[in-house]
Amino acid sequence: MRRAKLDIKSYPGFFAITLVCLLILYAPLLVVTVYSLNDSNSITNWEGVSLRWYVDVFSGPESQKFKAAAWNSFTIAIIAATVATTIATLAATAMIRSGAFKLRSLSFGLISLPLMVPEIVLAVATLIFFNSVGFTRGYGTILIAHIAFCIPFAYLPIAARMQGIDASYEQAAQDLYATKRQAFTRILLPMMMPGVISGFLLAFIVSLDDFIITNFVKGAGIETLPTAIFGSVKQGIKPNIMAISTLLLGVSILLVTISYVVSKSEKTK
Amino acid sequence: MKALLRSSVAVLTLGAMTSVAAADGQVVVYHWFEYIPQELVDKFTAETGIDVVMDTYDSNEAMLASLKAGGMGTYDVSVPGDYMVKIMASEGLLDTIAEGELANKGNISALWADPSFDPGRQHSIPYQWGSTSFAVNRDVYSGDISSTSILFNPPAELQGKINVLDSQGEVMAMAALHMGIPQCSTDREQLKALNDMLQSAKQGWASFNSDTAKEVLVSGDAAAGMIYDGFSAKAREEGANVEYAFPKEGYIAWMDNVVLLKDAPNRENALKFMDFLLVPENAAALTNWTRYGAGVEGVAPLLDEALRALPEANPTADAGKTVFIEACEQDVQAVYDTIWTNLKK
Amino acid sequence: MAGGTASSGGTAADTYKNARPWLLLPAWAFLGVFVLAPVFMMLVYSFLTKEFRGGVIWEFSTAAYDQFFFNRGLFGDEPPTIEWTYIAIFWRSIWQAATATLMALLIGFPTAYFIATRPEKLRPMWVFLITIPYWVNLLIRTVSMKFMLRDNGPINDFLVGTGLINEPITIINTNFAVQLGLFYSYLPFMVLPIYASVERYNFSLSEAAADLYASKWVTLRRILLPAVKPGVVAGCILVFVPSLGSFLAPDLLGGAKNFMIGSLIEEQFKGNAGNWPFGAAASMVLLTMVLILLLIFARQQARAQKGTG
Repeated sequence: MRRAKLDIKSYPGFFAITLVCLLILYAPLLVVTVYSLNDSNSITNWEGVSLRWYVDVFSGPESQKFKAAAWNSFTIAIIAATVATTIATLAATAMIRSGAFKLRSLSFGLISLPLMVPEIVLAVATLIFFNSVGFTRGYGTILIAHIAFCIPFAYLPIAARMQGIDASYEQAAQDLYATKRQAFTRILLPMMMPGVISGFLLAFIVSLDDFIITNFVKGAGIETLPTAIFGSVKQGIKPNIMAISTLLLGVSILLVTISYVVSKSEKTK
Repeated sequence: MKALLRSSVAVLTLGAMTSVAAADGQVVVYHWFEYIPQELVDKFTAETGIDVVMDTYDSNEAMLASLKAGGMGTYDVSVPGDYMVKIMASEGLLDTIAEGELANKGNISALWADPSFDPGRQHSIPYQWGSTSFAVNRDVYSGDISSTSILFNPPAELQGKINVLDSQGEVMAMAALHMGIPQCSTDREQLKALNDMLQSAKQGWASFNSDTAKEVLVSGDAAAGMIYDGFSAKAREEGANVEYAFPKEGYIAWMDNVVLLKDAPNRENALKFMDFLLVPENAAALTNWTRYGAGVEGVAPLLDEALRALPEANPTADAGKTVFIEACEQDVQAVYDTIWTNLKK
Repeated sequence: MAGGTASSGGTAADTYKNARPWLLLPAWAFLGVFVLAPVFMMLVYSFLTKEFRGGVIWEFSTAAYDQFFFNRGLFGDEPPTIEWTYIAIFWRSIWQAATATLMALLIGFPTAYFIATRPEKLRPMWVFLITIPYWVNLLIRTVSMKFMLRDNGPINDFLVGTGLINEPITIINTNFAVQLGLFYSYLPFMVLPIYASVERYNFSLSEAAADLYASKWVTLRRILLPAVKPGVVAGCILVFVPSLGSFLAPDLLGGAKNFMIGSLIEEQFKGNAGNWPFGAAASMVLLTMVLILLLIFARQQARAQKGTG
């Protein structure tokens, strides 16, 4: 019986395609990691193994700048993705769990608007807007802009997930005298988790990678990693970027491992 | 309406804003990223007690767009290229440096004291300068490279292996040199010929790449490419067998300049910053780090030996003259835009 | 339209009807102020007179749209004919984005399905695995991708070495490279929404189909795909729409010999031209086009739902 069930689930070739997918995603990173160990000023020419760029990242004359940029990128991405995911989850609940209403199409249009407008337009328009309402550009303006354009990236996976959950679950809960809030937090939200996690991760990487908008709204004294990388036009990209990238990868893999170990120990408890 | 908007926005973003305190002891510099060594910034702060707050941009045009979108009044100085100084001055974005306000103004080398883009240095001081031409991979092509034909009518070996900068100004200026016509020509026949020439030249081009202009030469993706002198030197240091060309038709000179912006919140400090950069010792430190040229007298003895001997900084005997990119008038610029769009459509 | 259609479940999904305004308020407020207002301003800009070298003069003008749709020759003084240049640029971008979306779907769907059928506690780890590469900056990732694809790069070396091909295949600076750049920029945006949908899929439906002697592929097409359609649609929107305006990765890999919509518009704000009204007008054309596409799509979906429901 169990075998039959597994058999129904698996499709020949899907595993192979998944491997291809991972290969496409990770092969360039192998290049990044290898070249972070390059004993050369070049990011394309190999001159032997060295840790000099890692030393440079931690104690080079410019290290302070890059560390600050990495920290800004990371914190902005975490905060923006969290806020955007929250807003998107609430909006998705209204869009899919509150019956038909007149403004639904319009609301969907509004939510997906940041996807449709070319980044440079949003960048210039947002900058003019910030200036006309008297905002001082800085960390705060970056954060606001990031939250705004992250919302559709969080919303779409969350909404797609919610459409797949039958409303009868929450209704059953309410029949058992659960309040709406309880039905939402105890029933709907846990079932939503894969969608919420997907939405959060997409928003996170979108924020982490944004250059064009950030470049316009950041103001004096603030850099993020993308603005630091794209701004290096006068001196060229150096392998220290490869080292920073590899370190970021290390951090992310560490986080995954921790979450895996934690979830495993919770299971065995 | 505006007040309503402002208050509603304020409510929405309560606590999210971090405003930069307008301290007395600072100078706000709008600069290219990684175009000034941290040691030099620290030295300035140590000498004057003035903190340097830095914002960065990635192109002259992006800086202009940002300033015009409301950035004026928040920065003290910025570092535009030659033609951009002229544009910014004509747009009224620059403040005038009065006679005697810069103690070290006399240090500016005679060659750069009265440039075409800022006569009399009313708004700017030199920062760094260099040239834009092209470099050719000598493993692929060993013939004569002293002509812009390499780019616009390439020999068979380089056909389809050429990278040009993805920048209208540089490509148009180089093309005008190649054809022997003035930049921003108003002559219709010349403009038509320019359009036609670029259309046919494109057949020999592999890519338009600015961000990785050096990388494509080092990796061998391109066998010849338009490039800045400093990047050509770096490509050589990274092992590419490239030679920087000094075409007889002429090539492009560029110069970045520190300008005093209008409505600068810390004007006094901005002038101190400019004076600091005009001290030969500091200019030399800058040049030794960026590997470009300084526009300050008395720098030569303080430079690295290797820097003085760079082939990229020492034109060959038959090299043509250098020209700055010109900022065209509005109607010619409209034609240039159409030609550029035709080229990339 | 993802999120625009009613749940297909038997019971009416209106549990949170009364809370609706409060649930939508944060999204409306945030997007209204920080996206809709700026976009509206750009709409206004597209009907203003351009100021030379960027900026606008507050005088009504349709010059920007005129430039988009009519060709008046190199010097702007010939009788107008239809301008195909920008339409061609738009068409190219649509084509490249559509191809990239299809590639992402073909690779992304099986991957998402595979992840969703892993043991439950391993799934989050797989999802992380898909997004980790995107912690590295786009420019760096793309430069490395370029390294891989080069004529004498590892991929060609491998293929030639194993004798699969005799001559290296040129990929860099081709149309395919542009599509690859887009595909690579947005792959996780296809995988994750589909995963979130498939994870919820009730496999007893497939079992029932199998009991009725439906082949696996029929089951996939007739049972599984309709059930996870919201996820597939969300994924396609998240890849296709941003691809339309994207240019960085495709330009680096494809050589930037031809404008994409994104680079054309970028040039109006950051290039020598500094023609803000034209950039704004081109954006408005793009925006209208995408909105119409989404609307047609929503209509069709609603009709299909009526047909089956």
